[in-house]
Amino acid sequence: MNPSLAVIFLTLFSGAGFGLMAMVAVVNDFAIDGALSPLRTAILVALALLLVTMGMVSSTAHLANPKNAWRAFTRWRTSWLAREGVFAVLFYPLAIAYLGWVFFMNNDRDGVALLLGNVTALVGLVTIFCQGMIYACLRTIRQWHTPLVPANFYALGLAAGMTVLATSRLLAHRHDLAMVSIACSLLVAAAVMKAIYYFWIGAPSGTTLQTATGFTGGRVRLLDQGHTFGTFLTHEFSNCIGPRRALRFKIAVYVLGFLAPIAILLAAAHAAIGLAVLLAPLLAFIGIGLERYLFFVEAQHVVNLYHGRMPGPLPQMHPALRATAENKAPAGKRRLVPSYDER
Amino acid sequence: MRLGLVIDLDTCVGCHACATACKEWNTSSITAPLTDYEPYGKEPSGVWFNRVRHYEIGDYPNNKTINFPMSCMHCENAECVTVCPTGASYKRPEDGIVLIDQDKCMGCNYCSWACPYGARELDRVSGTMKKCTLCVDRIYDETLPEEERQPACVLACPAHARLFGDLDDPESVTSRAVRNRGGYPLMPELNYNPTNQYLPPRTRPAISTSDLPRGSLARKVKEWVNRVIER
Repeated sequence: MNPSLAVIFLTLFSGAGFGLMAMVAVVNDFAIDGALSPLRTAILVALALLLVTMGMVSSTAHLANPKNAWRAFTRWRTSWLAREGVFAVLFYPLAIAYLGWVFFMNNDRDGVALLLGNVTALVGLVTIFCQGMIYACLRTIRQWHTPLVPANFYALGLAAGMTVLATSRLLAHRHDLAMVSIACSLLVAAAVMKAIYYFWIGAPSGTTLQTATGFTGGRVRLLDQGHTFGTFLTHEFSNCIGPRRALRFKIAVYVLGFLAPIAILLAAAHAAIGLAVLLAPLLAFIGIGLERYLFFVEAQHVVNLYHGRMPGPLPQMHPALRATAENKAPAGKRRLVPSYDER
Repeated sequence: MRLGLVIDLDTCVGCHACATACKEWNTSSITAPLTDYEPYGKEPSGVWFNRVRHYEIGDYPNNKTINFPMSCMHCENAECVTVCPTGASYKRPEDGIVLIDQDKCMGCNYCSWACPYGARELDRVSGTMKKCTLCVDRIYDETLPEEERQPACVLACPAHARLFGDLDDPESVTSRAVRNRGGYPLMPELNYNPTNQYLPPRTRPAISTSDLPRGSLARKVKEWVNRVIER
């Protein structure tokens, strides 16, 4: 799949924002580490709103015809994308009401605050589920058509949100271990969930060029795609990544997204490292951003079969075509069809 | 009624006439225009509703080239319609044609992700998704002679490899062809239940070379002379 930056930012930032809101509610519910002060709660909820807004605004950059974006809420009965929109919009009045109550009443421990906080967090979590289901409901993309996708969106959203929360706590010179340990365990859980996903998508798919063309008796090879240059289909779906490059990305995801934030949070909990603790959420965001990039480029849409391009790079293509396709690609850039945008 | 196409892979010669006739008709039709990007440039590209690909089946000497035209399958279980958040994509209950309302589409590409057949293409100029309309503006046009009330691709095909009809009617030309020739849908395991069906190539006995008439004496002498002179 084409890794659209707008969609990567949408799921990355809004997931972290909803995760942060959920963890603020959890910390206040159970008064973990003496709960957050009203001012701190207000700041974190505002930060969650900022993250969600960043995601939502960047998502409109992905639309080719944004003037009709308001219609995207109408088909919530069938479309997970519409449901995501409905819940994301519902999140705003609730979060603003919670923020206002906590800020102006200067109390985040009374019944109204707890109720508003939990309802807001719940709506945020439902939005993450809808976001995951946008991908998981597509039978055309095997790497996405799995319950692991919404589960991973939850794990990564909560881990990123808790990393932000723990960082804000450490910046306030509270060297307590409760927040840091919750953040670290969520990061570990997210890393394990992601590892399960990476193992799972290695399995072969039931759909092949044979079932796609109906010639199940013999070998089927592409002779000619029928077009001289790229099409919308090759632009949108033909991105793929070699296994070695994917492995390097996965190492970067684990080092930047999980190991480095855990190490920095633990270091900050035990020693005064000052503003360097800000590196924890920053690296976590970069790591999860890389994870989202991989989530797109590793996803192979079944229409790629018709272009002789699945699974992996150029396997089912006719040998003669494969040779020219590989030789023609300029050094350092292995692409069968040059990018649609670079023309 | 369930209108659709039946495509005969036995007779398709891969001339792309269906694709170009489709482009010609639809570039001034209800979802017009089908934008071209750099049509006379080095890297021409654009929006097409119908694409023909070519495959080789089997290994030499038991191989065969198959020309494979593909357009919207007008699926019974059209996921492109269920995932559309704006309601721009819809399936007409009366004849099963899947269409896109160009005034409602916001160009999010989500329907193209849901389509396994690559039937939907985004027009970058209008910012909307476009797809095969089964020439809905031709097939119901009563100003046309009855035999011309068919999709442009079907009328253009020089090999009569494309049939158009109601696949719910067991006596329609399409249903009979599917019944008699063993027509099949593509990627049935994905359960989209496509309306369009494909007819497999007919199996024919291999042409024997052993029963060719043996050459005359004069021919044998000629061949011998040729061999000798070449030495």
